[in-house]
Amino acid sequence: MILGIETSCDDTCAAVVTPDGEILSNVVASQGLLHERYGGVVPEIASRRHLELVDAVTADALERADTSLDDVRSVAVTRGPGLIGALLVGVSSAKALAAARGLPLTPVNHLHGHVVASTLGENPIEPPLLCLVASGGHTFVARVDDPADHTVLGQTLDDAAGEAFDKGARILGLEYPGGPVIDRLAKEGDPEAFDFPRSLPGDGLDFSFSGLKTALLYRVRDLGEDEAERRRADLAASYQRAIVDVLETRARQAIEQYGVSRFAIGGGVAANSEWRARAQELDAELWVPPMALCTDNAAMIAGASRFQQPMPYPDYLSLDASARPAA
Amino acid sequence: MKAILSHRRVSRKPPTVESRLVRHETGTPEETEAVGAELARRLDRGDLVLVTGELGSGKTTFVRGAARALGVTDPVTSPTFTIGQVYGGGALEVAHIDLYRLRSLSGEDPALLDDYLTPERIGFVEWPEIAAPELGRPAARVTIEHLGGDRRAIEIE
Repeated sequence: MILGIETSCDDTCAAVVTPDGEILSNVVASQGLLHERYGGVVPEIASRRHLELVDAVTADALERADTSLDDVRSVAVTRGPGLIGALLVGVSSAKALAAARGLPLTPVNHLHGHVVASTLGENPIEPPLLCLVASGGHTFVARVDDPADHTVLGQTLDDAAGEAFDKGARILGLEYPGGPVIDRLAKEGDPEAFDFPRSLPGDGLDFSFSGLKTALLYRVRDLGEDEAERRRADLAASYQRAIVDVLETRARQAIEQYGVSRFAIGGGVAANSEWRARAQELDAELWVPPMALCTDNAAMIAGASRFQQPMPYPDYLSLDASARPAA
Repeated sequence: MKAILSHRRVSRKPPTVESRLVRHETGTPEETEAVGAELARRLDRGDLVLVTGELGSGKTTFVRGAARALGVTDPVTSPTFTIGQVYGGGALEVAHIDLYRLRSLSGEDPALLDDYLTPERIGFVEWPEIAAPELGRPAARVTIEHLGGDRRAIEIE
């Protein structure tokens, strides 16, 4: 049994996963409500809340898996990238738990957790595969030949797709987090009402969403406050369509260029209903995560640790969190 | 939490960029990057640059140009979600902070920004308004304004 802990951003997560990739529990204590008041993630509040929640969330994950620390054979934890203060809570907690039992510890790259989430659950897919991860902080397409590693084929040059949703929602006067709100509102709007740019920078598979955000800002200004409010659903639908078009184009190009026929989507944007539906049209064996594996979670961290060499006790006692992407 | 590097609470060394206001107008993101690069060449270890402007005005574009001139080769992306990003690659590390998601620093752990802004790095802070007193005296203040389309006015103080 592997115990996973993830505290890289605003959710405190713990999970129990078997060596075969079966998810026995996957607990997420969301700080979303707390952050809604502040219009976003508030780092120190995040760290303090992680500290208050991490023990209870871990105990809950063990209980829901109908197991105890006695059956845990290794501990996995997100080392980075993320907010340093938040990461340190998870890393310290995991180190303490593992050390108390003399268990090995595996530090995991948060992004790799998203990439190999598709090897978990009831209908896993195996590498070689391509994966498009789009979240609030990251947007990239990667190739996985061996589940221990991934190669980034293209990534955002400015804003992440999830950030485009959040900031777009802010421009439209909607609440945080913007993704679910725009998704809901877009269902009532005309996705072709407004023509927003689809930026596909360079010759490779990179992304850019910064110009789209500015285009929305200018359009809202041109319309004026009343008209922008009246046509909010159309604006949301057209804006979402532009984001999803770009994701789909890059996915299609990746499949054509690399000739890999298995494709997984991941990250918080994989919870978007239009993107989930559109991904079904890709010419590939598709893996779409269940909602619980889209957003940050510890099951994907425990899952990814299965493909890495764990650090034996006490080698990890000096392990530090790393905010850098190359964690 | 790291050892306290409370350089913000002790007096900073005098800014290396002279105090005067320079206004640029740019017509493309590349030109905005070039203005950032030009400023970067006058910065030194421990310097802090505050970058102010509305959503979509080109703050990250400006910082990208500066970071490139300082030897950073990694993609310089918006740190809104991650709050802070540290880039290596050049002679000095570059810290890129975005306080957009914060409403106030009061009540926060004082070491929050010390994890990122150190006397050894060159720091850029987007949406610095809420932290202005805590940040100390910057080497430069940059204000970017929309002039419509891709055109921007950039004031450097």
